[in-house]
Amino acid sequence: MTYEFLQHYWCFIVSLLGALLVFLLFVQGANSMIFALGKTPQERRLLINSTGRKWEFTFTTLVTFGGAFFASFPLFYSTSFGGAYWLWMLILFSFVLQAVSYEFQNKLGNFLGPKTFQCFLVFNGIMGPLLLGGAVATFFEGSNFIVEKGNLIDVDSMMNGQWSTVVISHWANASHGLDALLNPWVLIMGLAVLYLSRVLGILYIKNNIADDVIRRRANYQLVASAVIFVVLFVAYVIHLMVKDGYAYDDSGQIMMEPYKYLNNALDMWYLTIVLLIGVVLVLYGIIKEVYPVTLHPSPITSNGIWYAGIGTVLTVLPLLLLSAWNHTAYYPSTADLQSSLTLENSCSSYFTLNTMFWVSLLIPFVLSYIVYAWRKIDSKRIDRTEIANDDHAY
Amino acid sequence: MTNLLLNIDAGTIDWSRAQFALTAIYHWLFVPLTLGLAVIMGIAETFYYKKRTAFWKKTAQFWQRLFGVNFAMGVATGIILEFEFGTNWSNYSWFVGDIFGAPLAVEGIVAFFMESTFVAVMFFGWKKVSAGFHLASTWLTGLGATISAWWILVANAWMQYPVGCEFNPDTMRNEMTSFLEVALSPFAIDKFCHTVISSWIIGAIFVCAVCGWYLLKKRETELAIESLKIAAVVGFVAAMGAGATGHKSGQTVAQVQPMKLAAMEALYEGGNEMGLKIVEGVEVPYGLSMMATNTLDGFVPGINDLLNGYQKADGTWEPSVNEKIARGRLAIQALADYRKAKVEGADESILNTHLSILKTNMPYFGYGYVKDANDVVPSVFINFWAFRVMVGLGCLFIAFFGLLILLVFRVPLLSVIIRRLLSALGLLDERNSDGWQMADSVPSWLCWAAILLLPLAYICSESGWLVAEFGRQPWTIQDMLPTWAAVSDLQSSSVMITFILFLILFTTMLAVEINILLKQIKKGPSL
Repeated sequence: MTYEFLQHYWCFIVSLLGALLVFLLFVQGANSMIFALGKTPQERRLLINSTGRKWEFTFTTLVTFGGAFFASFPLFYSTSFGGAYWLWMLILFSFVLQAVSYEFQNKLGNFLGPKTFQCFLVFNGIMGPLLLGGAVATFFEGSNFIVEKGNLIDVDSMMNGQWSTVVISHWANASHGLDALLNPWVLIMGLAVLYLSRVLGILYIKNNIADDVIRRRANYQLVASAVIFVVLFVAYVIHLMVKDGYAYDDSGQIMMEPYKYLNNALDMWYLTIVLLIGVVLVLYGIIKEVYPVTLHPSPITSNGIWYAGIGTVLTVLPLLLLSAWNHTAYYPSTADLQSSLTLENSCSSYFTLNTMFWVSLLIPFVLSYIVYAWRKIDSKRIDRTEIANDDHAY
Repeated sequence: MTNLLLNIDAGTIDWSRAQFALTAIYHWLFVPLTLGLAVIMGIAETFYYKKRTAFWKKTAQFWQRLFGVNFAMGVATGIILEFEFGTNWSNYSWFVGDIFGAPLAVEGIVAFFMESTFVAVMFFGWKKVSAGFHLASTWLTGLGATISAWWILVANAWMQYPVGCEFNPDTMRNEMTSFLEVALSPFAIDKFCHTVISSWIIGAIFVCAVCGWYLLKKRETELAIESLKIAAVVGFVAAMGAGATGHKSGQTVAQVQPMKLAAMEALYEGGNEMGLKIVEGVEVPYGLSMMATNTLDGFVPGINDLLNGYQKADGTWEPSVNEKIARGRLAIQALADYRKAKVEGADESILNTHLSILKTNMPYFGYGYVKDANDVVPSVFINFWAFRVMVGLGCLFIAFFGLLILLVFRVPLLSVIIRRLLSALGLLDERNSDGWQMADSVPSWLCWAAILLLPLAYICSESGWLVAEFGRQPWTIQDMLPTWAAVSDLQSSSVMITFILFLILFTTMLAVEINILLKQIKKGPSL
C-alpha cells in the first residue's frame, strides 16, 4: 500500500464515520421536536424511550469519529479543536447534557424534574446538528487559523514569558470558532443538517413507535422540515458548485481554483453518481412517507427511515470526500492560505496509517453486530403498554 | 503579524491543567463503579442463567438498574476527556498524535461500540432476546468497558513511559515505530491490571454498602446476603490483586519515573538500604529499597540526587537536571539548524551533522523547554500523602473483605476462630443465630463499616490517580514535552469559563445521580 493510498483510505473511513454520524443525528432531530410531537408526559416518554435506545450509537460514532480523526489526521485535531475552541466546546457541552438526560429524567430522586432534562434534549437536538453541520461547512468555507510547525523550536521567546510562541496552531481571532457562524453559508449548511436530522428523526419515530397520535403529528412536521431541508441543501450545493475552492499542487503549494468543487464533482464522477443516488434515496424516503400507498400505514411499512438513512450516508460521504480528494485542501485557512490542511500535510505517518488500516478491517464486524443487536431490540415497536411495563424505561 | 495573535498566558496552562484534572477526577468517580459493578451484576445474572429463579433475576436487574444510573455519567464525562486533548493541548496533539491517537481510535472501534450496543440489549432486551443472549450482552457490556479501559490506559501509560516511537525532524513530531511496544508496554500492563482490579474494589464496596444498609434495616435480606457473598469474593480477590499489582507498578515507577517515586516518599537524599516511610519518622526497614529494586540494599535516588546527578546501579552516570536542560537546548538548536539548512539546500553531510546532534540529545528534548531545574520536581506534599492514603486504605479493604469472607462463608477453621473471637469481644451475637444464619453472621457494626468505607474507597481510588498524575508533573510526556509547551493558544478567560461551566454541570449531575441512586436503593429491587 502506498502512503497516498492510505491517506485517501483514512479520509474515506473518517468521512464514512462522519456520514454515519449525520444519519444517526436522527436521535437529535427527533429530540428537538419532543414538545411538538409529544403533548402529554406519556407521549413525550414514548418519544424519549424510542430515541433513548439509539442515542449511544450516535454518541459512540461521534467519539469514534474524533478518535479516528486524531489517529489519522492529528494536525486537524490539533488545529481545529485547539483553535475553534468555543465551537467544539458548545458541541461537547450539548452532548454531555444529552448523555445524562435519558437515564435521569424519569427516575425517582431527580430533583431537577423531567422537564429540565427534556429541555436539555431539545438543546442538544438543535445545537448538535446545527453546530456539527456548521463544522462540516468549514471544510469548504475555510477557517481563521495559522499553522507554523517551526514554532516548536522558538524556545527563546518562550523563556522570555511568551509561552505561546512554541504553539504550532493559532486561531487568528479571539472568537475561537464562533466566527464561523458569522458566515451565512456555514449557517445554511448547519441549518440544512439540522432540518435533515429532523426529517430523519420523524421517519425514525414513524417506524419505531406504534402510536397513531404521535405518528399523525409527525406527518405534519415532516413536510415542513423536508421542504426547508431541501431548499437549504440545494442552495448550498449550488453555492458549492460555483464557488472557488482550495487546491494544491504536487509541491504542496496551496492555491485558489475557480469552480474547484464542481471540477472535483466532474473529475470524480463516481462520487457524484453516489451522491445523486443518495439524494434520490433521501427524497424517496421522504415522499414515501408523505404519500403512503396505504391509507393507514403501520410502523413496519413506514420504512422511509431506511431509504432516507442510507441515502443520507450516500450523500454525505461523497460530499465530504469532495472536500479532500483530488488535490483539495480539506481544512482551508482564510488567514494564511499556505497553512491550509491537506491529506498530505496533516496525516499520520505511514506506519501509523498502515497499522490502523488493519484495525479498521474490524469495522464491518462491528457494524454487523450493531445491526444484529438493533434488529433484536426493534423486533417489536414501542407502544404505551411496553413503556408502562418496562422496569428500565426512561 | 503572528505575534499579535499570541494571547496565551501562564493562566491558560493552569486553567487547562485544572480543567483536565476536573474532568478526569469526575470521570473517575463513575468509571470504577461501572467496571466493578459490571463484574458483580454479571455474576448475579450468571446465577440466574444457571438456576432460572425469580430471585436471581430480580437481583441481577437490581444491580443493573443502579449500574445504568451511574453508566450515563461515565459516558458523559468521558467524551470531554478525549476531545480535551485537542481543545486544550493542541501542541501535544500534534507532537505525539501519531502515536497517541491510535489507542483512542482503537478504543472507539473495538470497545465503545461493544459497550454501547450491548448495554442497550442488557437494559431493554429482557423480554426480547433469549436468556443466553442477554447474559452474553451483560458480560460484553462489562468487557467493552474493560477493553475501553485497556486502550485509554495504554495511552496514559505511553505518556508516562514513551516507547515505540522516534522523532521525525521533517514532520516535527514523534512517530510510531512499533504498535506492539506501545500497546503492550510493561507500564501499560501494570497500569491496566492495577487500575481495573482496584475498580472492582469500588464495585464490591458499593454492593457491600447497599447490602449493609438493607441488613441494618432488616429488609431485602436474601438479596443482601447473596450479593454480599459475591461482593466479598470479588472484593477480596481485587484487594489482594491491587496490592500485588501495586507493588509491581511501584517497581516500574522506580525504573522509569524515579522522580515520582522520590516525591511519593518525600525522599530528598537517596541511598542504599532505604526504609519505607509509613509517616515521617516511622518506617519499614529496607522497605523502599525492596519495593524499588527487589533487593534489601538497592540504591534509591532522592530528589536532590535526581537534580544533581548520581551514579546508577549499572555504573552509568545519570546527568543532573541542569545538564539535561543544556542537552535539551542542544537538541532543539540542532533541530532549528537542521530545518534552516534544509531550507537553504545545504549538503547532506551538514544535515547529518545536525541530525546526529539531535539524535544524541533527543532523550532530553523536553528539558529544553525547562527554565529552572526545580520546575521538574513535582509536589512532594500531594504525592507523599496521596500515596499513603491509597496504600493505607488498600490495606483496610483487604482486612474488611477478609473478615467478610470469613463471616459469610464457612471457611474451615478460620471462620470458627473469627466468630469465636468476635463473640468474645462482644462484636458478634451468636445466641440467636442457628449455626450459620447468614443475616446474623454480619453484625451491625460491619454493616456500618461497609457504608462508611464507600466514600473511603473513592478517596483511595482518586488518590491513586493523584499519585500517577501529580507525580509525573511537569511532563505531559515524560522527558519529551512539559505542560507549558503542550498547551493550546487560548485566552485563560476562555478556559476558566469552560472550567466553571463543567464544574457546575458535573457537580449538579453528581448530586442528581447520588439522589437517584439513594432513592433506587431505598425503593429496593421490587418492581
